[in-house]
Amino acid sequence: MALMEVKNLSISFGGLRAVDDFNLTIEKGELYGLIGPNGAGKTTVFNLLTGVYKPNEGIILLDGQNITGHKTIEINHDGIARTFQNIRLFGQMPVIDNVKAALENQYEYSLFDSMTHFGRYKKVEAEMDERAMELLRVFRLDQDAATLASNLPYGQQRKLEIARAMATNPKLLLLDEPAAGMNPNETAELMDTIELIRDKFSITILLIEHDMKLVSGICRKLTVLNFGRVLAQGDTKEVLHNPEVIKAYLGDEKKPAKS
Amino acid sequence: MDPIVKSINSKRRKNEIITYGMVTAAYVILEILMKAGALSSHLTGLLVPMVYYAIVAVGLNICVGILGELSLGHAGFMCIGAFSSAVFSLIFQDSIPEVPRFILAFVIGVALSALFGFLIGIPVLRLNGDYLAIVTLAFGEIIKNLINALYLGLDSKGFHVSMKNQMALGLAPDGKMLINGAMGITGTPHDSNFTISIVVLLAALFLSQNLIRSKQGRAVMAIRDNRIAAESIGINVVRYKMIAFTISAAIAGAAGVLFSHNISTLQATSQYFGYNVSIMILVYVVLGGIGSIRGSVIAAAILYLLPELLRGLNKYRMLIYSIVLIVVMIFNWSPKARDFRDETLAKLRAKFGGKPAKEA
Repeated sequence: MALMEVKNLSISFGGLRAVDDFNLTIEKGELYGLIGPNGAGKTTVFNLLTGVYKPNEGIILLDGQNITGHKTIEINHDGIARTFQNIRLFGQMPVIDNVKAALENQYEYSLFDSMTHFGRYKKVEAEMDERAMELLRVFRLDQDAATLASNLPYGQQRKLEIARAMATNPKLLLLDEPAAGMNPNETAELMDTIELIRDKFSITILLIEHDMKLVSGICRKLTVLNFGRVLAQGDTKEVLHNPEVIKAYLGDEKKPAKS
Repeated sequence: MDPIVKSINSKRRKNEIITYGMVTAAYVILEILMKAGALSSHLTGLLVPMVYYAIVAVGLNICVGILGELSLGHAGFMCIGAFSSAVFSLIFQDSIPEVPRFILAFVIGVALSALFGFLIGIPVLRLNGDYLAIVTLAFGEIIKNLINALYLGLDSKGFHVSMKNQMALGLAPDGKMLINGAMGITGTPHDSNFTISIVVLLAALFLSQNLIRSKQGRAVMAIRDNRIAAESIGINVVRYKMIAFTISAAIAGAAGVLFSHNISTLQATSQYFGYNVSIMILVYVVLGGIGSIRGSVIAAAILYLLPELLRGLNKYRMLIYSIVLIVVMIFNWSPKARDFRDETLAKLRAKFGGKPAKEA
């Protein structure tokens, strides 16, 4: 059974149909790409999937469960975690606390315990520390655990955001332009990281990306959006050779295509 | 356990212990000076106010520094704590011995101001933006003016309330006036003193520093740093905002209890509970470093005592005070001044071979 199924998703802002009749099926363990020119509605799709916007029409099924109209917090509990196009870390908190904040719903102790550090506090905190460090090690951020998140280099901040999303134990991870602003080396490292977490945590990933090298390198399947509509969908190689896609996204064939 | 985690945790714990140590040391020194008769009675009288303002500053820092929401009405929460506890103490002045009476009064003052914080939070903390500042500003003024117009009496038939005047209460001859309008409350037992205030300050520090280093505290700070991201990882934003704001109001209420049990005539004047007092406390928090609990205590102590100690300089007093404010602001917030401060501290440490005590 498909992990995520989106049927006829639509939303309008005023007269503008930002996303129109969007369909998507993602199988478990897949690495799925969502591409399209600027303003095509990619981030709007993410915002619909994560409950930031409520769709006007359509349904979203996660693991067979209807999650249409759920709020952002509920969506996270349902099992979707995301990163943001413009990095949104907890800048004034250390790296390890960014991850521990995301563990919040999986560990429990009372407000009394937290204000007195009695009771379950010590034991649970130690478990959280261990979990957080384990995750940070996967992303090779463990040496920076004490650094304030805003003081991390750009590439590390991207990774930390992914680590934080992974800490909520999602079934589906949404990455919004993870390679934006990265140099080729950082992008290559990021590709490795993404593949690593997919294999290690056997998670399903849907990502928005402009970097064609990254998309064609790791995504098995693609959906191309243009003006809020699905332009092409399917196997990455086929989609990228689709003349419609090349025309809409990579420019006219006569002009030199951007990489 | 992981050595990195261990070092992070021990560093934080050390930082907290420094705060407690600082407060305790200041207490011991002042207490010795007082016993030795080295402090003037004027200065001795300033000690309790200094501590309760430090307590409100800690409470406000939870709201401004940790939660990241501006409150301009913490004097209002102080006011609620002060009046509710004073009324309680007055009623049971003769029927309950001092210690349990003060403890009960304390609990009542704290609980009532927490309740008001909670009630204000229900509508306001759902919104994002500066609404809390506006509402708390109004709240502080409303509470002050309400109490100024409130007449409350108690006789054998029970409570009598009026918003008009003392006559309208229709109090029986054996009745007791509790709140006499703008005249306020007189005859509250003098139950609080410097030692009790310090104990309350230490408790407030203990609870708030622990909170910051806990799951709930992390959630609150995550909301402060980025609300949208906090929601995306499943943090219940409204719930944690409510928790932090209620705790903040409760701590301000605790300071109010100390206030009312240290003063013979408690009146809801703007000198004590007006918005300028709220702003003054905010100044302590900002200059002590937003989010730095220890800084709030230091700033409150210094900035409260300073204008009082400068009274001898008469008209130059506020001039010097404002210069000090500016200097402290530069010292704490200008990046260059901070670098200079850190370098100087590092040099001093190298010179005296002390252990580096890291503080950002």
